[in-house]
Order: sequence, then structure tokens, then C-alpha cells
Amino acid sequence: MTTKYTKDHEWVSVAGDIATCGITAYAAEQLGDVVFVELPNVGRIVSQGDEVAVVESVKAASDVYAPVSGEVVDVNEALAEAPEGVNEAAETTGWFTKLKLTDPAELDALMDRAAYDTYLAGL
Amino acid sequence: MSEDTSLKTTPLTGLWQSMGGRMVPFAGYLMPVQFPEGVMKEHVWTRESCGLFDVSHMGPAFLALNETSLAGDAAHAAIAALVETILPCDVAGLAPGQLRYTTLPNASGGVLDDLFVGRPKADADQGTLYFVVNAGCKEQDFAIIAEACAGKATLTRADDRALIAVQGPKAVDAIGNVGDGPKRLSFMEFATVKGPYGEVVVSRSGYTGEDGFEVLIAADKAEAFVRTLLATAHVKAIGLGARDSLRLEAGLCLYGHDLDETTSPIEAGLAWTIQKVRRERGDFPGAARILKELAEKPSRKRVGLLPKDKAPAREGAEIRNLAGEKVGMVTSGGYGPSVGGPIAMGYVDAAFAAVGTELDLIVRDQPRRWVVAPLPFVPHNYHRKG
Repeated sequence: MTTKYTKDHEWVSVAGDIATCGITAYAAEQLGDVVFVELPNVGRIVSQGDEVAVVESVKAASDVYAPVSGEVVDVNEALAEAPEGVNEAAETTGWFTKLKLTDPAELDALMDRAAYDTYLAGL
Repeated sequence: MSEDTSLKTTPLTGLWQSMGGRMVPFAGYLMPVQFPEGVMKEHVWTRESCGLFDVSHMGPAFLALNETSLAGDAAHAAIAALVETILPCDVAGLAPGQLRYTTLPNASGGVLDDLFVGRPKADADQGTLYFVVNAGCKEQDFAIIAEACAGKATLTRADDRALIAVQGPKAVDAIGNVGDGPKRLSFMEFATVKGPYGEVVVSRSGYTGEDGFEVLIAADKAEAFVRTLLATAHVKAIGLGARDSLRLEAGLCLYGHDLDETTSPIEAGLAWTIQKVRRERGDFPGAARILKELAEKPSRKRVGLLPKDKAPAREGAEIRNLAGEKVGMVTSGGYGPSVGGPIAMGYVDAAFAAVGTELDLIVRDQPRRWVVAPLPFVPHNYHRKG
């Protein structure tokens, strides 16, 4: 399993041709208490960088972008009832979507953990 | 630090930074929007215990008669007459030590700001008024007040001091640190108190819907005062994020959002701020529109809104009737931690303002069903007289 990161603070973890996507712990911390998550419909085709979900804190709504292109094959329904799951475990059980990859080569341009940590340190 | 050096600081900015406050620009000041616990916990703490807020960005000021031969009620009557040319509330009728919430209307009946005006309690202070205006409006407001009183009264700004709000059911315990006097105040009363932090002006007022106090204190005494309060178990520092969610749950207007130069006090549901004696005289700016709306009812009204589902709606969201026609707009929207769900306020055409009316709010191009709800969303918990 390979996990990559975007400059917009999304993570994508790939097993076979399925990419599990979410927002990073850093992003969740910056947002503060998550009170609502709007997830896409299963079956939607997204391109890398498309707005694929919305995460709302007490104060504001923020877009979540697709870190890679693909078809939405699953969404984390648990977040509908318990959006605070994003704050509790952003990079594991707080995942947003599972995408069936259409262009795995896109992953190559994303950051690995070390590169993302370096990026965070520079913010 | 990459912070914008053009931003003003308050006497407490350094303390907030040392406590891990997330500092953001607000009305030209560098202010804490939240502390490490986060907006949700800060909000709930304030409702259940006591939250301490730095509101030193706001605009406290004192207006004093130039004429020194007048004293007592005559002095108050003279200064009241000056400011009643610009304010629609009954300033003359203020009791000693009483504060009123009022608006500063423009000539067309819109609102330039909302503010507090108070009459000091002490005999020696008659002929003086205490004002607290909004941070973003203070240059404008102070200029309007000064112009209305030119040659007859002098405005002295007090925004070089710290203004600290202490809010929540345990605020009355915390405020004992400045002396016993504040505990005897009722809601919307204020007093000057001398104590361990020098001379402070304490009002029993706030912006959370809870009992509480606002303390105007010398800049060099502020940090010691705040540290003393924060050292007690029931007081925590709270950021502007929770201040906003608390005031929205309390149904209180935020200037520039729920009130602006196009909304009248009547549309905003603030008719109660214009006392009978002023309605009868009708001698304030914007009186033509304001009195007409009082008599004939306004064409739109500020309402509370609650969702049928869980999606928040934010400021600017369009409000439609069930036929799909635009009937209004959201002016404040967010999440109410004590309500446990999204809440919003907005203006709607009067025909759709009744509690229980179902409406669609447009969130990311999708209609979401909401219902007009009574304000406030959580009951006020003020310490009223009597």
C-alpha cells in the first residue's frame, strides 16, 4: 500500500486500483471541529483536482479536491452521522472516498510522507 | 512571524500568542479566533461555566459636556439632547447607571452601526455618556458623535484600554476579583469600580446570551487581571470563533452581516430599541422610513432558520419559497454547538417570516429544506433586575 499527499492536504492510499482518499491530520487540525461532510454520489467520475467533497467546520465550508482521477466506488457513510470522525482519525477511519483509479501515473507526481512533512514544515 | 505588521494589537495580544491562540486579522486587529481546545469546546465551556474574551478591538468612548455649570439631571438632559439628534433611543430617560442597546441610523433609515450608550451612576459623572461601538465602525461613529456635539461636548476615546468580556453562568463568581460592586449590577447596568486593578468600568452585558460582564480596564493592568481570572478553575480564554457561534445562537445581530446601511432597525426586529417617547417625537435620522415601517409593518424581516437535515448554510445563501422564487438571503449561518446542529439568520419577505414556514436554502446549488424558527435559538440567561 502506497500513501501519497497533495499540497491541498489530501491523502490517497492505493491498494490495487482502488485509492482511498481523505484529508490530512494537519488539514483537520486547521479546520477545527468538523460538523458536516458532504460526500459525492457513488458512480461519479472525477478528474484530479475536481471538488469531490465539502467539509464544514463551525465557522466555514471548505472544498475537498480529488487527489487523483477516478470513479467514486465508495464513500464513508459513517461521517454523515459522526463528522467528528474526521478530527479523531483523519488519516485512517476518517477517510472520505474510495476511487477506482483511471490514471495511476498521476500518483507519481504527488508527495510521499517525507516530502509532505517537509512541505508542512515550510508552511 | 509572517504576521501583517500593519495590524493593531491589544494589551493582551502577547498573552494570547503565548497561550497558543490562533491569531487572525479582524477589523484591523490581530485577534485570537480560537485556542487549542477549539471553537466547539470553547463555546460549550462559556455556556456551562465562564469564558473570557478579549474585545479590546471594539470602540469604548466617553462623551462629556463642555459646559461645566450644569450638574445632576440637568447635565444629563443636556448631553442626552445632543446625542438624541443622532440616536433613536431614549437617552434622556436612562436611569443613572443604565445602558441601552441602540442603533446609529442613516438618513434613509438604514443602520450605520449598533452600539451601547450608558448614563453613569455617580452624581459627579452626570453630563457624561459611555459608548461602546463596533470595531469596524469606530472611526465613522466617533466622527458622527463628535460632529453632532461639536463645541458642546467632547468625545474621549478609550480604545487604548483593554475591554474584556467575562461571560457565562459562573461569570458572577469570577468578577469578584475586581470588587463586590459588579455583582450588584443587573443586566444592562454599569458602574465605575475602584479596586486592585485601578479604576475599571464594569457593565453587566455581553454578546453571548449568557449572564456576564464587560470590563474596561487600563492597558497596563489588563494582563494581570486576565491572568488572575484564568487561574481560577472555571474561567477559560475564548476566541472570536466561539464568540460568533454564541451570539448567533443568542439571536444577536453582527454588524455588517445581519445589519447594514440598507436594513432598518424595524426589519431587523429591533423596534424595541426605539422607545415610545422617541417614536412620538420622530426626531432622529431615518425617522420617515422607520416610523412608516413601525406603522405598516416592514416588507422583510430578520428571522431564525433551522434545517431539516444536517447541512449548514452560510452567509449569502439564497432563500427561496417552495415555488422556487427568491424570498430572501442568509446573513449569518453556521453551527450551533449548544443547539447541536446548523443554525442561521436571514432576511425574508414578510409573507414568509412566520415561525414554522418552510423554505429552501440554496447550498452549493442544491435546495435544502429549512424552517423559520423563533429567536433566540437558546434562551437568554441574563441577570435581570427584580
